[in-house]
Amino acid sequence: MQGVKEKALELLSSGKVQRVLGWKTGEFFYDLTPAVFESTAEIESDFVYNVFSGANLSKYLIKESKKEGKIAVFLKPCDSFSFVQLQKEHRINRENIYAVGVQCDGKCDGESLRALGLEGLLSVDGEETLTVHTLYGDKTIEKKDALLGKCKTCKSKKIASFDEIIGEQGEDLESGRFEEIKKLEAMTPDERFSFWQGELSKCIRCNACRNVCPACSCEKCVFDNPASGVQNKAVADSFEEKLFHIIRAFHVTARCTDCGECSRVCPQNIPLHLLNRKFIKDINELYGTYQAGADMQSRPPLMDFSFDDPECSEVLAKGGNGK
Amino acid sequence: MKRIALTELNSLFASINERMNLFIPANDESGQSHFTKWHDGLPLSRNLNTVRSAKDAFFPQVENLMGFKVNGKQIELTGMGDEVEDFAFFGVRACDAKSFEILDRVFLMEPADTYCEKRRNNCTVISLACSRPSETCFCTTFGIDPASPKGDVTCWIKGDFLYWEPNTDKGNELTNVLSVLSDCDDTEVNSAKEEIHQITERLPLKELNLSSFGPGKTKALFDRPEWKTLSEACLGCGTCTFVCPTCQCYDIEEFANGDSVKRFRCWDSCMYSDFTMMSAGQPRPTQTERFRQRFMHKLVYFPDNNDGTYSCVGCGRCLRKCPVHLNIVKVIKTLEEVAE
Amino acid sequence: MQVKKEWTPLIVAFCCNWCSYAGADLSGTNRLQYPANVKIIRIPCSCRLNPMFILRAFQRGADGVILCGCHPGDCHYSTGNYYARRRMTLLFSMLDFLGIERGRTRVEWVSAAEGAKFAETMNDFVKTITELGENKKLEDLRCRE
Repeated sequence: MQGVKEKALELLSSGKVQRVLGWKTGEFFYDLTPAVFESTAEIESDFVYNVFSGANLSKYLIKESKKEGKIAVFLKPCDSFSFVQLQKEHRINRENIYAVGVQCDGKCDGESLRALGLEGLLSVDGEETLTVHTLYGDKTIEKKDALLGKCKTCKSKKIASFDEIIGEQGEDLESGRFEEIKKLEAMTPDERFSFWQGELSKCIRCNACRNVCPACSCEKCVFDNPASGVQNKAVADSFEEKLFHIIRAFHVTARCTDCGECSRVCPQNIPLHLLNRKFIKDINELYGTYQAGADMQSRPPLMDFSFDDPECSEVLAKGGNGK
Repeated sequence: MKRIALTELNSLFASINERMNLFIPANDESGQSHFTKWHDGLPLSRNLNTVRSAKDAFFPQVENLMGFKVNGKQIELTGMGDEVEDFAFFGVRACDAKSFEILDRVFLMEPADTYCEKRRNNCTVISLACSRPSETCFCTTFGIDPASPKGDVTCWIKGDFLYWEPNTDKGNELTNVLSVLSDCDDTEVNSAKEEIHQITERLPLKELNLSSFGPGKTKALFDRPEWKTLSEACLGCGTCTFVCPTCQCYDIEEFANGDSVKRFRCWDSCMYSDFTMMSAGQPRPTQTERFRQRFMHKLVYFPDNNDGTYSCVGCGRCLRKCPVHLNIVKVIKTLEEVAE
Repeated sequence: MQVKKEWTPLIVAFCCNWCSYAGADLSGTNRLQYPANVKIIRIPCSCRLNPMFILRAFQRGADGVILCGCHPGDCHYSTGNYYARRRMTLLFSMLDFLGIERGRTRVEWVSAAEGAKFAETMNDFVKTITELGENKKLEDLRCRE
């Protein structure tokens, strides 16, 4: 995308900000790392915004916005929702941040290219149609086939909060993101159980889903407290995995913006976003449509109630897709 | 040298499985491979490598060490570790095969870790040469030849055949009972090796400069300012350590259940905030120190104590799996460039 | 050889201090019968129930977990049970989504005057759990020996 790097240079050289949070070029064409840039020389040589800038930068602001001086950050639409949510929870210091919204039309990464059967990735050309040069010859693929899971069901192109925007402001999309949930809800309980047992048993308790999650911003996680009797790293029994994933998803209920980072980072490809999305779907259906991080004013559904909320028994009686 | 047609692999697996529990890399629904207990019809994955390394064979993520139960005034011992039957790991790549030597230096050094030793003794390692190395591979940096992996048996896939060569007594013993294998000469294998070497010549990471690392470099590296910038993006998750074939840290925990206790060990990660937690607190209070520990251990401390052997085999798993793409190659290159 | 004991359901009932716990008390003083497999844990308010408590109960051998609190509008802290209602609805719906039997979890409002309702609820819940059988889907094998 044009203009992002130039904007980073301009903001830093004009003294408007002292640091820039962006993506740094890696060893290969696809392995960008989130990084803080402090000089124009660093930006010139290493800053990059392209189709592989998938990582959500907003969580780094918890740490960075507390430091001296102003920091510029580049936020894709999905990242901007996390950004607002963090502000709403008073986790970041907004005065120290200059937020630049960047429009996005979907991201890829090395793993999503490999999933298409590509091996030995060396370089890539093109924007919509990607020509990937590999150790074993060139292959041409459509970018839409290589998108990250989270981009395939993108919920919105709207940038929720910004000081400045590069590109056009976008709109909410009809993403069909609840289709997968409906499919699971239509199964029998035993089928659902074996689906989740199969997925969650792959968990290696690396905690990447938790650590990458912008909503998981507790200073000390309950799973990191040795006194809590919770094994934070042991897959000692299949119960432990279920406990961890239920609680992880529950703790971010109504705070999860559905940015999809949890599934992106899972080394075992567990579709963790489905757990969060189930909570979102239930909230939408039972307590009215709610999008975490869309604005600063609305009350989060779990910090709110209404006298005529449905009773638990009614909801359970209807069950699954009957809602 | 023996061989078997690829179409007959299932019968090879069946005859191995008759003698011992066989594990092979097999794909899951998402197309990633894992070492999986073989059952009839389970096809061999053609992926380069499994998500988790083959260290699971000897050092599983969780292992029961012992259990005890309180019975009145008696304490009764209930079990000392898990039963381990004979088993075979098929399809171990050169990097993982080399990692076993590194793990042996930790676990089999006197006094040997009996749990690991038991598994080591009961396992037959059947390695498989890498016909299609990836851009993330850098095993050659550590002197590993992906065309000739170590192990009790070494296999190559070339054309329509799997070639099989036993290297040890254990390997010979197994080979002698496998009647499905037929004799052949080594022309094809030599050309397979040749092809692999041609590919490794073109790998972007084939030769990393390790001159700033190794024994005795602690002082030079420990206080380098680059650790801070390098570790800035680190999330502090344990992905790199859990997919790594040479990471060997573990924690011993107890699961108490009223009148009984189960003591088990599980993988630990130096990336975690409670790693080596002591009553006085955490000796590495920030992620920078934890990050430094991981790479210093692999590239300096371990070689210091083990005749210069690096505790990395260049399998490239951390390059692929780190959520923010931090990895040992970036560390090596960053600290190297500045030293020049 | 040890003779395997016949399975009887174990129920954990989390009761709010102000209404349901008193309701349980009343059912006792009125000599109303409810099965002894119901183990009551008193909590200050229904909204004190941490989802971890429920999962822990299942881990340690519970076959069913029920939360009893004040009727909506009667909360000692005025609104605690409304929050609990939302949380538990979402949590139990999630357990259902993971394939865990719906009948194993329940929320009931029982006031301090409803000793009869308490006994009735428990009898009914024990019956449901007995029909569902042992909790297998949320068990911890280490707790089973």
